[in-house]
Amino acid sequence: MQRYILRKKNSITLISAILIVFAFFGRFALDNIVIFNGALMIASVLGAAPIAIQAVQSLKVRVVSIDVLVTIAVVGAMLIRNFEESAIVTFLFLFGTWLEQRTLNKTRSAIKELTEMAPESAWKQMENGEFAEVDIDDVDEGDLLLVKTGAKVPVDGTVISGEGHVNEASITGESVPVGKKEGSQVFAGTILENGTIQIQADRIGEDTTFGKIIELVEEAQDSKSETERFIDRFSKYYTPAVLILGVIVWLFTKDVELAITILVLGCPGALVIGVPVSNVAGIGNGARNGVLLKGSEIITNFSKVDTIVFDKTGTLTAGNPEVAEQEYYGEISGKVLGYLASVERESDHPLAKAVVEHIGKTKLYKVEETEVVKGGGIVAKVDGHRIAVGNVALMEREHVKLSEKTKKDIEHFEQNGNSLVLTAIDGELKILMGIRDQVRPGVKQDLAKLKNLGVKNLVVLSGDNQGTVDIIARELGLTEAHGHMFPEDKADYIKKLQEQGQIVAFVGDGVNDSPSLALADIGIAMGSGTDVAIETSDVVLMNSALSRLPHVLGLAKATARNMKQNIFIAVGVVFVLLAGLLFSEWVNMTVGMLVHEASILAVILNGMRLLTYRLKGKDSNQMRPEMTHSSKAA
Amino acid sequence: MQKAVIQLETLACPSCVQKIESAVKGLDGVEQNSVKILFNASKVKLNFDGDKLAIADIETAIEKLGYEVLKSKVKSA
Repeated sequence: MQRYILRKKNSITLISAILIVFAFFGRFALDNIVIFNGALMIASVLGAAPIAIQAVQSLKVRVVSIDVLVTIAVVGAMLIRNFEESAIVTFLFLFGTWLEQRTLNKTRSAIKELTEMAPESAWKQMENGEFAEVDIDDVDEGDLLLVKTGAKVPVDGTVISGEGHVNEASITGESVPVGKKEGSQVFAGTILENGTIQIQADRIGEDTTFGKIIELVEEAQDSKSETERFIDRFSKYYTPAVLILGVIVWLFTKDVELAITILVLGCPGALVIGVPVSNVAGIGNGARNGVLLKGSEIITNFSKVDTIVFDKTGTLTAGNPEVAEQEYYGEISGKVLGYLASVERESDHPLAKAVVEHIGKTKLYKVEETEVVKGGGIVAKVDGHRIAVGNVALMEREHVKLSEKTKKDIEHFEQNGNSLVLTAIDGELKILMGIRDQVRPGVKQDLAKLKNLGVKNLVVLSGDNQGTVDIIARELGLTEAHGHMFPEDKADYIKKLQEQGQIVAFVGDGVNDSPSLALADIGIAMGSGTDVAIETSDVVLMNSALSRLPHVLGLAKATARNMKQNIFIAVGVVFVLLAGLLFSEWVNMTVGMLVHEASILAVILNGMRLLTYRLKGKDSNQMRPEMTHSSKAA
Repeated sequence: MQKAVIQLETLACPSCVQKIESAVKGLDGVEQNSVKILFNASKVKLNFDGDKLAIADIETAIEKLGYEVLKSKVKSA
C-alpha cells in the first residue's frame, strides 16, 4: 500500500491539482462553499499521504527530513480547518519535487551520457568455437571476443587478429580514428568505425580505463568540499531546530497558523541542493570536453590558482626539432647538401633527422668508413671526400679552423636557443645549421588566455639547458623559466612557491613527475588516459591538448562562482521570508511554500547554466584549426 | 566480505541520502564505514558479510523506504 502510494505520486499530484481547480470553480462559479471545502479536503488528504509516509520512514531511521516539517504543517492546517492552505501547500510541495527531479536529471545529463557509453554486450567465443552475443557481465579476462564494424569495444584488450579504425573519443575526447592491428591495445567504450577485429580481454568492467573514468567522475560529483560538509552538518541540526522553534512559537502564542508557517518557511531545500547542483553540472561540462575534474574541493582550489607550472618544454613545444637557421661558408654546390644528407641518413639522432628533413630530396651518395664519434657527430668518406658532421667539439677534433665570423654566428645561433650542426668537407667548414624545437601552434594564445583569467605566474621547469628554456620563455611570455631541473628539484621549487603562500597548479604527464603532481595544490595530468595519470592527479586533460586548459580554468572559476551564488540565493530567500513573516502580512504558508520551491528551482536552473559554459572569445575550447581539419578528414 | 553496487531510481532530495544511509547502516552484517551513497549517480556502494545477510535483504531495506532498486551487482572483495 505504502509503495503503491509512493509510486503513484505523480498521478496524485495531478489529481490534487484538478481538485484544487474544481474547488475554486465551485466557490466562485457555483458559489458553493461545501464543494470548495470538500474538494480541498480530499486534495489535502490525498496529497499529504505520500509526504506523510516518507516522513514516518525518515523518522524511523531518526532523520528529521523536510517531509516531517511539511507533514506537521499540513496536519496543523487541517486541524484549524484551513483546507485551502493545506491543499495548496501539499500540491506545491509534490509538484516542486517533480520539477526538481526533472531539472536535476538535466544537470546530470552530461555525466549520464558518459555512463551510457558503457558497453552492454559482447560477442564471445563459446566452447564450440562459434561466437555468440552475451551480456557484458558474462565476459571474463582472457576470453576471445569479436568486435564488428560500428560496435563498441567491450573490454580493454589486445587485438589478436584483424584490423580496423577505432574512435577513442570516450577515452581521449579526441574523435580522430586510430588504426589498430594485431598486437594493438584497444579500450572499452571506444567504437570500431571500420574493419573487424578479434580481441583478447585483458581487463573487464570497472577495471578498464573507461570503467575507472566513470567511477572517478561518479565519485567526483559526490565528493564534498569543506563548505558542503559544513552545510550537511548544519542541515542535520537545522531541520530539528526549525521543528523546535515551531513548537516554541505555538506554546507561547497559541497561534497554530504562525507555528506551521514557520515550519514551511524553515525548509532548507535550496541550501542543501544548491552546491551539489553546481558541482554536478560543472563536472559534467568538463567530462563532455574531455576533462576530468575530481570533485568540488578541487574546483574551488583551482579557481583560486596563482601559478601554473609546466613540467617540461615538451609540453609547450612540438617535440620535434626543426632547422630554424643556417649559414653557408664559401662556395656551396648542390653536391655539399647531397653529401650531408647522405651522411645524416645513416643516423637516427633527432638532429640528424631534422637535417635530412630540411634538405629534402637530393642526390644521394655512397657513404663509406662511417665513424660515429660519441658526443660529437659522424665522420665518413663520401665521393672521395672526408665529411664531418657534428658539434663544435667534433670540428676541433677534426682540426677545422673556425673564422671570427663563424664564431660570432655560432654564438648568435646558441643565443637563439639552437642546437648546432656543423658540416666540414676535407677539413673546411661549409655549413652551420641551428636546430630548435618549435612552439606548438596555439600555445601562445592559450597561455595568454590563462593570464587573462587571472593566473599571475606561468613557469616552466625543464631538464633542458637554460638557453633553450629561456628562448621559449621569451617567445611565450612566461614569467619564469628554469632549466637543468630534475624531478626532485621541481618538487622543491613547488614547495618554495607554496611557502610563499601561492596556490600552485602543476601540469605534467604524470609518469616521471608524480611527486610534483601530488605536491601541487592542483595536479593536472596531460595523459592519454593512462592509469597513473588518472589516479595521481586532481584534473585530467584526457588527450594531451593544452588547449583545454583555459577552458578548464574558466569552468572552475564559473563553477566556484555558481556555488557561491546558490548559497546566496538559498540563504537570502530564508532571510527575506523570515523578515516578511516578522514585519509584514504577506507571508503565509502558501506563499512560503511557493517561494521555497521557486528558490530550489532557481538554484537548479542557475547550476544548469554551467552545462553550456564556454570560454568567451572565439576559438574558445576545442575548436583548434588542426583538429577541425582532422575531424573533417574523419 | 562482499562488495555491492546498487543502482537506484533517480534520487532527488539530499535527505533521501540520509535516510538510505541510516537504513543500510542499521542492517546487521553491513560494514559501517564502507557505506557510500552517491547522490548524483543515485548509487549505493557498500561491503557486507555474505554469511549474515543477502543482497536481497539490503534491497528490501531500501525499497521499504520507497526507493526503487533498478539493478545491483555483487562481487567478492
